[in-house]
This record gives sequence, structure tokens and C-alpha cells, in this order.
Amino acid sequence: MSPATAGRKRTGRTRDALLGAVGVLVAFAACEVLSRSGMVRRAFLPPASEVLVRAVELGGDTAFLNGVGATLEAWATGLALACALAIPLGLLLGSVPAAGQAARVLIEFLRPVPSVALIPLVSLLLGAGSETTVALVTYACVWPVLFNTVYGLGETDPLAEETLRAFGFGRLAVLLRAGLPSAAPFIAAGVRIAAATALILAVAGEILAGFGEGLGTFIAQAGMATDGTRDVLAGVVWAGALGLVVNLALTAVERRLFPWAPEHRGSRV
Amino acid sequence: MTAQATSLRTVRRLPRTLALRLGVPVVAVVLWQLAARAHGSVFFPTPARIVEHGYHLWFSGPAGRAFLTDAAVRDLLPSLGRVLAGFALAAAGGIVLGLALGRSRTVYALCDPVLQFARAVPPPALVPVFVVVFDLGTPMQLASIVFGAIWPVLINTAEGVRGIDPLRLDVAATVRMRPAERIVLLYLPAALPRIFAGLRLSLSLSLILMVFSELLPGTADGIGFQLTDAQTRSDLLTVWAVMVLLGALGHLLNSVLLTVERIALGRHRAAHR
Repeated sequence: MSPATAGRKRTGRTRDALLGAVGVLVAFAACEVLSRSGMVRRAFLPPASEVLVRAVELGGDTAFLNGVGATLEAWATGLALACALAIPLGLLLGSVPAAGQAARVLIEFLRPVPSVALIPLVSLLLGAGSETTVALVTYACVWPVLFNTVYGLGETDPLAEETLRAFGFGRLAVLLRAGLPSAAPFIAAGVRIAAATALILAVAGEILAGFGEGLGTFIAQAGMATDGTRDVLAGVVWAGALGLVVNLALTAVERRLFPWAPEHRGSRV
Repeated sequence: MTAQATSLRTVRRLPRTLALRLGVPVVAVVLWQLAARAHGSVFFPTPARIVEHGYHLWFSGPAGRAFLTDAAVRDLLPSLGRVLAGFALAAAGGIVLGLALGRSRTVYALCDPVLQFARAVPPPALVPVFVVVFDLGTPMQLASIVFGAIWPVLINTAEGVRGIDPLRLDVAATVRMRPAERIVLLYLPAALPRIFAGLRLSLSLSLILMVFSELLPGTADGIGFQLTDAQTRSDLLTVWAVMVLLGALGHLLNSVLLTVERIALGRHRAAHR
């Protein structure tokens, strides 16, 4: 890239960031005006400034922060368990064609079961508690990681595999030296997608359970209180911010580890 | 290898592929049946009993009503209607808004942070707000589905339109294409593969949100309602039957979407060769 185009790209990015900030301000002002003018009832949409103040207030509330911590813990545990299950399984299914084909049908029937529908069964089996949330998060996260692992293995350079085999490396060694590195960016993308699903499941499980502690519990209880919309939206701001931060962090890690991955050439999934 | 040789090999492998694809589920179900029978746990009924229960529950009605029972008409049809309507609204809204945003760099930059935030919000978190605004019932459920499922389509459409080959835009300007023609001939076809990627995500989200919004206390009908109802009665057979039904429904809807995608993208590839 010549210095001129690099410079132009940088100014373009600054302009985009400025426009984005303007967009955020406009959206914020619109919510504020809609509520304050009485066009939308206060119980439906409290003024954006009040929601924001409440969200900041919650940042100093130990009980609330403990709840957020519980949600994050269930989220991270579920995601880690899902990776521990899905990556080895994906490597197995992706490297043994017969196993892959055999498992595909089973997976195709298991995957579409909406994970939320498991909540009643899992809570009957495990009782309401953090184990239930972790189990649900794990179930939902296994699929994207598994799929991306299998798919990523399929993109392995056959020449690299042949070369390693010619050097006398065994099946497992070829898989670990050629297959895993080429699948790694795809696996990372799968983990990023799974992380978003995991937050949905963690919050949904907590909302339906309605007790214990967690961000979802806070939102559910605020939703039942009269005039609790402000608290619900303050919780939503936290949930959105958490999702955004985790997504940005995972994208940054991916970019650093796998700068050659096709997904980062100017596009997002 | 030539294409002909590849297809020949595929044909020769067909019996093996079919055996694997059909044999494995059969073996899995038989194993499940044997294990559940040997164990005899209340929590894990045998697949035969689950299927029989589901059949009696939903599909043993009169022939004049396509064998649907009263319970099926009361619970399955409303749920099916909600998920299809919600998905259709999210898809249409997402494509239209995505086209509008993706065509201008300025508009896209203006909306990008707000969109990223909206997409990061886990949709169930907003359902309590929809409950306050719409009360319990179908409008609230539709709003939750549409709000949750619109983002993948919207963002993917906008990204697809943005990624359009600049050469094609120049050609369109040279032949003085009208805006409507540009949308149909230029933007939509270019964005189509990404639109479908978004639609697949949206479909599974729609299904999740349909069930979620019906699980909420105070709902009166739907598959999700039947699920909570069975849960409170500790009727595990019905809980399992509902899950099998939802899995089948998800598989069916996904297959339909994949078929539509294959037809649409096949035409797309033929046109872009």
C-alpha cells in the first residue's frame, strides 16, 4: 500500500468513526424526544438519559455486579466446555470421512432443536441453578464450533498433507501439523459465533428461571415490577455492552492470531 | 480430475453413502431404545413411547382435518404461524433496510455503531419490554421474533451490497440504469449469497424466540406453552415429544430454506458466469 492510499484510508476511517458517533447521538436524542414529548408512553420507553444514568448507577451496585459475574461465569464455563467437546470431535469427524458422514445425519437432527426448548427438560433433570444454564449454553455452543472445525479441516492444503506423509509422519501427526493449523481460523470464528449464542442462552435461561442471581434474573424481576421498564432497559444496555465487548475482544484476538484469515479482509460475519 | 470422473465416483459411492446416512440414525435410535428400556428411568423414556405419545397427542385426529387433533390445532398451528410470520417480516425488513444502508457509505457509517450494539443485545433480554408494550399474546411474540431475527439479515445484506464489484457500478452508470433496475439487477444479485447466510441464522433465531416467547408465564397457547404446561405436571413424555417435534420442525424449515437457496444461487451463478 502506498503512503497516499494508506493516508486516505485512515482519514476515511476517522470520518466513518465521526459519522458513527453522530449516528449514536441522533438515536439517543430520538429516544429522548419520543419519550419526553409524550409521543410514546413513559412506561414503554423511558427517556434515554434516565436509562443511561440508571445503567451507570448499576455499575456501582455490588449485588447487580455479582449477578453479572454469575452470568459471565455460566457463559464462559459453557463456552469452554463446548470447545473442549466440539474441537476434538470435529477433528475426528473431519479427518475420518466415514465417521463424518455417519455423524452428519445425527447432527442435522440434533442441531435444529431450539436450545431454549431444552430448558424445561434440563431444569427437571438438574433443578434450577447455574448447572442448568451451563448445560444449555454448552449445548447451544457445540454446534457452531463443531461445524467450523469440520469445515476448516476440509480446507487443508492437500500438498502439505502429502508432504508430511511422505516424510513418514503418522495420521495424528499430519492432523496436528497440517490440519489443525489450517482449521484454526475457522475454529476461532466458530467460537466467536458461539459466544454470541451463549449470551442469548445464558440470559434466556435466567429470565425463565426467574430466581437465583444473574443479569437475566435482574431483567426478569425488573420486568415484573410496575414501571420497571427503565431498569429492564438499563439491564439491556449492560447486556448489549457485554456482548459488544466480548465480540470485539474475540475479533481482535482472531485478527492478531490469524491475520491471513479471509474473514478479516474487510468484511464481517 | 475431470468433472465426469468425479460424478462417476459419486455414483459408485452412492450405496455406501446411503447406507451410512440411513443406517446410522437407525442404529442410534435402536441403541437409544435398548438403553432406555434397560435403564427404565422416568426421565429418559424410550423413543418408541415418545413417538407413540406424540402421534396420539397431535396426529391421530379426523382425516378431514389432515389427521390433526384438537391439541395440534390449538398449539402447533399458532406456533407455526408465529414463526413463519416473524421470520418473513424479519427477512423482508432486513433485506429492505440492508439495501438502503449498504448503498451509501455515509449512511452505513452513521448507523454502524447503533447496529452493532442492537445486534449484540441478546434478544430475550428485550422480551420483558415487549411484554409491557404489547401485553402477552401474538403481537408481543411477533415483535420479539422480528427484533431478534432481523439483525443477521440486515447486516449481511448491507455488507453484501457494500462488497459489490466497483466495475459493475461503473457499467451501471454508463448504461444509465435506473435506481429500481440497479436494485433488481445489481445489488440484490450481488448480495444474494450473504443474504442467504443471514437468513439461515435468522431462521434458527426465529425458532428459538418463538419457543422462548411462548415459555413465558401467562401465555395461553403454542408449542412452548404445551412445554411449560407439561413441565409443571412433570409429564416428561410430552416434554420429550415436544422436543422431537421441534427438532423435526427446525429440520424441515431449514431444508426448505436450503432448497430455495440452492435454486436461487444456482440461477445466480449461471447468470454471473
